[in-house]
Amino acid sequence: MSEQKKDCDNERRNLLLATSVVSGVGIAATAVPFVASLAPSERAKAAGAPVVANVGKLAPGEKMVVKWQGKPVWILRRTPEMIASLKVVEEQGKLVDPASEKSIQPAYAQNEARAAKDEFLVTIGICTHLGCSPSDKLKTGNAEGMAADWVGGFICPCHGSLFDLAGRVFKNMPAPTNLDIPPYKYLSDAEILIGEDSNETQGA
Amino acid sequence: MAANSSFPKYQSDGSLLGNAMEWFDARFPMTSMWKAHLSEYYAPKNFNFWYFFGSMAIVVLIIQFVTGIFLVMNYKPDGTLNAAGIPVAFASVEYIMREVPGGWLIRYMHSTGASAFFIVVYLHMFRGMLYGSYRKPRELVWIFGVLIFLCLMAEAFMGYLLPWGQMSYWGAQVIINIFSAIPFIGPDLSVLIRGDFVVSDATLNRFFAFHVCAVPLALLGLVVAHILALHEVGSNNPDGVEIKKFKDEKGIPLDGVPFHPQYTIGHDLPANAIFLILFCAVMFFWPEGGGYFLEYNNFLPADPMKTPAHLAPVWYFTPFYSMLRAMVWNFFWIDAKFWGVVSMGGGVVILAFLPWLDRSPAKSIRYRGPIFKTLLGIFVFAFLILGYLGTKTPGHYFFGYVPSEGLNPLNYLLSGDFLTKTFTFYYFLFFLTMPYWSKIDKCKPVPERVTFK
Repeated sequence: MSEQKKDCDNERRNLLLATSVVSGVGIAATAVPFVASLAPSERAKAAGAPVVANVGKLAPGEKMVVKWQGKPVWILRRTPEMIASLKVVEEQGKLVDPASEKSIQPAYAQNEARAAKDEFLVTIGICTHLGCSPSDKLKTGNAEGMAADWVGGFICPCHGSLFDLAGRVFKNMPAPTNLDIPPYKYLSDAEILIGEDSNETQGA
Repeated sequence: MAANSSFPKYQSDGSLLGNAMEWFDARFPMTSMWKAHLSEYYAPKNFNFWYFFGSMAIVVLIIQFVTGIFLVMNYKPDGTLNAAGIPVAFASVEYIMREVPGGWLIRYMHSTGASAFFIVVYLHMFRGMLYGSYRKPRELVWIFGVLIFLCLMAEAFMGYLLPWGQMSYWGAQVIINIFSAIPFIGPDLSVLIRGDFVVSDATLNRFFAFHVCAVPLALLGLVVAHILALHEVGSNNPDGVEIKKFKDEKGIPLDGVPFHPQYTIGHDLPANAIFLILFCAVMFFWPEGGGYFLEYNNFLPADPMKTPAHLAPVWYFTPFYSMLRAMVWNFFWIDAKFWGVVSMGGGVVILAFLPWLDRSPAKSIRYRGPIFKTLLGIFVFAFLILGYLGTKTPGHYFFGYVPSEGLNPLNYLLSGDFLTKTFTFYYFLFFLTMPYWSKIDKCKPVPERVTFK
């Protein structure tokens, strides 16, 4: 270093450094608009308009799927046996978060049935692990190829996470939390508005 | 390599062509590049079949470039639905398959090429492990190679989204969501990758841009760097000895032969002819590769509402996918999902450290001891089993499993779950303990010169 300094024209060296640094900053700054353009567009951000689901024709034990924000939203009309199963699975001690304390849902769905009305489960059908859509295993026991003490629920085809009929995740599964519940409200007994609720304070 | 001034410039013989060549060579390093990389690049004379795969990788790269360019002429990166309710991108691939003259051939050439690329690259990398080709002074050759492998994985992953089938869609969904596991920046990063809150048209378009433009450019640059670095230090060989130690009076290695024409015409050309025959056999008669090259679920258009019952990556990703699935424990209060990412990424990145992990006195397996041979054998077995299990569901059992018998210990030892975790652990242990066992292994004496019959 010391030898270099001897034949180094310090003024030129400083100019060289300054030019390089300023150019570097300029190039880095130029990257900003390019990276920014990768973010969701205004149109993508606006695409989350609420949708109306007509559940009037849904028979007990049946499930329907509506698309909201590009995601599948499930509406399951639970039979009394299905609602009773929620208690059973909780007593078996198989759930990670039975009271949904760590999970995402509006306040009116933070209960055992995870619903505003026990009969209808409204949930986003996207596994909280890596975003696959779990498959229905609604029947109990061996009927669905599950274990004998299976009370009905859902299984994620990707990594095997199990959920009960309220979308609550089982222990020792890759999914960390229960299925998300979107904000929703009943427009009538047969119509559910998904994506908007009356108090507007909770978002999915 | 820069123009080597030690090569004399082309001298015209007085003919018109000769004059033109002289004029050209005076203005461009034509002769020096030809000599430095082909006619006077001396490669060891004892290459065997393991040395075919580098040139095959270049042949496949060219196939992928040419077929890719022609596919882009008819493919449409558009995730919206057409009048028939089918995504435009999916329909355009079907259009290529059914209505573009010879389109099916070009598309199958490209899809077969993708699998062929990974087959030759895996064998090429394994050759490096067999003969210690990553050892000093070839560390950079190896590192450029690992970067090429990473680019290739990115290229394959993004290309797989383009047909916009069920596997395209849900495969991308899962892999991009993996990034959301990175602490702090993860969720924003995955949105930035997708350009939307779910995999959508925006994702398809940016993947298209990366797949046909950005990544191929990076790949091409890295291939050039890989070859330049190789030609700077010279090729290794099955004996793992340096041929540059013994040179004749002209400075030519005694055990070297000119790369061109000896290896280009005499070695790589016939090998590639056989390779292309096999390639064509697959392309014409078995393009789906039994569901491994083109997965059956990908012949269904992408449906964001429904995940296919069985989701598995294409075969070449499955060993690393298994490593992802092996991590189910939360360490240091960070979610298991993140450790899965670390394990999958680490599985590739750890390869780059091989030049410094290996402390064996001998480079080539021919002179290395029983510890290396045993551990490498298990390593290959582990990698293949991880690859196989990656194509199966997480609840897979070898030799069947009868649920009514309950989960006895034998059942557990044969479960995909146990084997995935065990072999992932072995994979990393193999590398991390290498500095120790490679040093104490009993190597045979390494000859001074290459062995050649």
